[in-house]
Amino acid sequence: MITFLANPERFTALTRPLRPWLASLTGLLFATGLVLAFTSPEDYQQGDTVRIMYIHVPAAILGLSIYAAMGVASFFGLIFRHALADAAAKALAPIGAVLTLLALVTGALWGKPMWGTPWQWDGRMTSELVLFLFYVGYIALHASIDDEVRAAKMTAILALVGLVNLPIVHYSVVWWSGLHQANAVVTTHDIYLPLMVMLGAHISLVAWLFLIRLDSEILTRKYKALRARLSFN
Amino acid sequence: MHLDLDMGKYAVYVWGSYGASAVALVTLTLLSLRAQVRARKVLEALQKAAETL
Repeated sequence: MITFLANPERFTALTRPLRPWLASLTGLLFATGLVLAFTSPEDYQQGDTVRIMYIHVPAAILGLSIYAAMGVASFFGLIFRHALADAAAKALAPIGAVLTLLALVTGALWGKPMWGTPWQWDGRMTSELVLFLFYVGYIALHASIDDEVRAAKMTAILALVGLVNLPIVHYSVVWWSGLHQANAVVTTHDIYLPLMVMLGAHISLVAWLFLIRLDSEILTRKYKALRARLSFN
Repeated sequence: MHLDLDMGKYAVYVWGSYGASAVALVTLTLLSLRAQVRARKVLEALQKAAETL
C-alpha cells in the first residue's frame, strides 16, 4: 500500500476527490462542536474556562500526533527512500507547529485564571515548548537547504531525534509534579460529546490541510524539475 | 438547548483562546490554499513554455 502510494500522480488522483468532502466535514464538525461547546454546562470548579478545553485538548493531541506522523514519514524517507515521505513530513510540519503553538497559548490563557499564572517551567509545559521548537527547527532547516535530497536527509534526522521528546510530553505529568493536571478520562457526557466533536473537527481540518499542502509540495517539486530542465535546454 | 455566550469574568480568557485559534487556523488554511494555487499556476506556465520549445 505504501509503495503503491509512493507514486505522486497516483496519490494525487486518489486523494483529490477526498478534499471537498473533508472541507465540508470540517465545516460541519466545527459548527456542531462550537454549538455544543457553548451549550454545555459550565464546570462546577472551573466555571466557563472549561470551554477552553474544547480547543486546547484537540490542539495538544494533534500537535503530538502530527510530530509522530512526521517521524514515521521521515523514517520511510530515510531508510526506504519513499518518494512522497519527505514531502509528507514537510507538508505536516507547519500544521503541527500551529497546533502546538495554539496548545501553548490556550493553555496559558486557561492557566492564568485557574493557576494564577499562565506559565510554569514544569515537565508538561516545558516539553510542549520543546516540541514547538523542534517544529520550528524542522521548518527552518528545510528552508535553509536548497538541495532537496540533502534537505530531506537532514530534516529526517532532526525529526527522528525529536521523537525522543514525545514520550516526555505524554508522561511528563506522571513523572514530575507541576501545575498541569494529569491525563484525565472525561466521563461526563456533557463534556465528552463537545470534546469528541471538536477533536473530530480538528482531525478533519488537519487531514484536509495535509492533502492541500502535500499537493502544493508535489506541484512545486514538479515545476522545479521542469524549470531546471528548461534552463538546461 | 441554550447558547451561553456570556463568559462573565472569564470572557477575556475564553474568547481570547477561541479568537487565537480562529485567527491561526483560518490564516493557515488561507496560506495553504494560496500556495497550492500559486504552485499550480507556475507549473501550468512552465508546461506551456515547454510546449513552445
